[in-house]
Amino acid sequence: MTDPLHLASFLHNSAVQTALWIGALAAILNGSIGIFTVLRQHSFAGHALGDGSSAGGAVAIFLGSAALWGFLGMAWLAALAMGALGLRRARERDLATGVVLGATLGISALFLYLDVSSTQASGATVEVMFGSIFALDPQLLWPTILLVGVAIALIVLLYRPLLLIAANPDLGRAAGLPVRRLELLYLLLLGTAAALSALSIGVILATALLLGPAASALRLARRPWQSFLYAQGIALTAVLGGIYLAFMSYYWSDGASWPVSFFVVLLILLLYLASAALASRRRTKR
Amino acid sequence: MPAFSVSTDPVLEVSNLGVRLGGRQVLQDISFTLKKGSVSALIGENGAGKTTLLRSILGIQTWQKGSIRVLGKTARGQLSQIGYVPQKIAFDPYLPLRTRDLVALGQTGRHWWQRSDTAAVAEALAAVQAESFAEQRVGMLSGGQQQRAVIAHALARRPRLLLLDEPLANLDFASASRLVELLGVLARKQGISVLVTAHDMNPLLPILDHLVYLVGGRAAAGNVAEVVRSDVLNRLYGYPVEVLQHRGRLLVLPENPQQGLEIPCHVHEHLDQHD
Amino acid sequence: MFSSFLLHTWIAATLLAIAAGSLGYFVVLRRSAFAAHALPLAAFPGGALASLLGFAPLWGLGGFAIIGVLFLRIFSLLGRRDVAMGLLLSSFLALGGLFLSLGREYAARVYGLLFGEVLGISSASLLPLALLVSVVLLLLLWQFPILLLESTQPELANAHAISSARIEWFFLLLLALVSAAAVPVVGTLLVFTLLVSPAAAAQRLSRRPYHAWALAILFAELLSWSSIALSYWSNWPLSFFVGVQGALLFLFSRIFARS
Repeated sequence: MTDPLHLASFLHNSAVQTALWIGALAAILNGSIGIFTVLRQHSFAGHALGDGSSAGGAVAIFLGSAALWGFLGMAWLAALAMGALGLRRARERDLATGVVLGATLGISALFLYLDVSSTQASGATVEVMFGSIFALDPQLLWPTILLVGVAIALIVLLYRPLLLIAANPDLGRAAGLPVRRLELLYLLLLGTAAALSALSIGVILATALLLGPAASALRLARRPWQSFLYAQGIALTAVLGGIYLAFMSYYWSDGASWPVSFFVVLLILLLYLASAALASRRRTKR
Repeated sequence: MPAFSVSTDPVLEVSNLGVRLGGRQVLQDISFTLKKGSVSALIGENGAGKTTLLRSILGIQTWQKGSIRVLGKTARGQLSQIGYVPQKIAFDPYLPLRTRDLVALGQTGRHWWQRSDTAAVAEALAAVQAESFAEQRVGMLSGGQQQRAVIAHALARRPRLLLLDEPLANLDFASASRLVELLGVLARKQGISVLVTAHDMNPLLPILDHLVYLVGGRAAAGNVAEVVRSDVLNRLYGYPVEVLQHRGRLLVLPENPQQGLEIPCHVHEHLDQHD
Repeated sequence: MFSSFLLHTWIAATLLAIAAGSLGYFVVLRRSAFAAHALPLAAFPGGALASLLGFAPLWGLGGFAIIGVLFLRIFSLLGRRDVAMGLLLSSFLALGGLFLSLGREYAARVYGLLFGEVLGISSASLLPLALLVSVVLLLLLWQFPILLLESTQPELANAHAISSARIEWFFLLLLALVSAAAVPVVGTLLVFTLLVSPAAAAQRLSRRPYHAWALAILFAELLSWSSIALSYWSNWPLSFFVGVQGALLFLFSRIFARS
């Protein structure tokens, strides 16, 4: 064959095309919203929202409705619950998040069990927990574009006040910002990002996509807006590269392709280490 | 109303303010006024209600009795006239904001997606002498520099009233006296009314016009000579206290430690839980 | 309900609840719910590798949980601790997913490892489990006062020449051992509920350390016994009852402590 990288077959495969588009959209949203999650030290909450959305995914499969709305609905519900519990007090936050997470995981355990035993969805666990990016319904593309478009527009419009209240909520209040409403908006955006990545690269790996690129970008950026662009760039590299490597692994290991999520997380981890090395080199140079 | 009469209005007018928090009367019957371009201090120990009073003036804290008027209007909705510097500032080193960006975020009265007013930002940076670290991340600065960055943030909206919560805590003597000098300049040259909370009035005495002395949620207000007197403070504390004067510095002590209070006052301060 | 094949489950769960309740007491004191969630997930690839290569899962689980502790300490030095935790659980799960995808019976194994298999406890696995639990318990009792002091008053502990870093290592290693022991029963995802909910409820109800500690063990026992019983009667998964009852226990303790 004259195409050792298999780029032609990669880009002409319709399952790959859908995967690339939805993966890219999830990457852009997660990279951007992750900036606030890392700054607020909300990693556990961000992870819990992704895990919590799995219960919605499991319920949606059980009811036979579109998985996207199951994931989204549960993530938004959990986000509102977290907003009501008050995520500000750090000591309470850890326990409250843990207990909410336990309850939602219990629910997803039940519905995944019911999915497997009473419907024909034998792969439900794998689908919900690890994602099934090569089996995504192309019809998901338009709702995803719409959701990510709205979310990114809100972030572009509001990133400065959102950064200020993440830095110090009292400064935000003194500047006349509606701090509570902005925090709720942030949580809903976080829920949206968690649900989308749960759907594409799977619930648990969503956490890496949310935190890794943003934490790397925050080390490197010199301007506020740069942190968002860097995070999006790193997230895109990891997701698109991960999809490509997973596709290629089909050729390397005759037939038994390796999971996308493995490659995505591996790339995120490597880029995180690279950013740490780069930042420390920059510091010693100064 | 003719324009000239506005300047004679007090910048801040607090009358009969009462605040209850979680079933506890935190502030009771507080009244005082601040004039344009004056420096005032809110003196009291931990838990005396200083932060609650500042938050009430900002409109962040709701109150049950009395009124607060800023420039003749009710305090809510007057935020663009007030600059606020919270206590214990410690920005995250990860925060992707340079000092310049933080200052630009202090501007109000414009939409958040509009470009910032660079002239106001430069002016605010110059006022606190922060040009040298304007391009550095705020989280990487020293404590004193972070505080100046936040003061510049507050000045960027060109306020008429500047509130600072315990700005002298955690500063060494040199930085503290530089800050006091800066606050004096802001009041005299720019006509900003400055209100500072503190445990200790002494570092502020050189610039102080006015004093509000808080004990257990009640206050005595006036200039230093009117308030820091044993008869006024006796009534406030509810037990006899003595005012000692030494080379221009003032010290308030319980009158007779053997009879009145068994705990000397410096120990007392340590025992008070920080809230 | 007490037939021989379920008897193993009862014994395993009882042993486990002792370890989970007593260590959970410190998880709550140290506000380490995220760590208690991440380390069992770090053990996940060990279980997957064991099923791929066919050795006893306990070794794989324990080994990978300890590797997870190393990962956590190294990445905590590089940056945020909570980010390190998030990266740990994601990357180790991805690794586990890879191991599972290389073997057969992919879907069934994933569910078993993530949510537990009550009937998967063999009599041969009870002895190592009992050993593991007693090691954890002995280590914990040996260091109880020091751990208590460091968890509540770190500055005071440092003044007594107790190193916070060393205590954190010790605590995380104990957490890794309990995770490895608990994963086969309740599954990777819900181990932390067994650690967090009983201890959080106990600390709401009692302020005295040893009293709250004993109460945490009792609650952990009640939680796991009732979950097994309900799971047996309803035929629904054990981890569903652990998760939901854990949340209810926490809520009740809050209501009860307030009134």
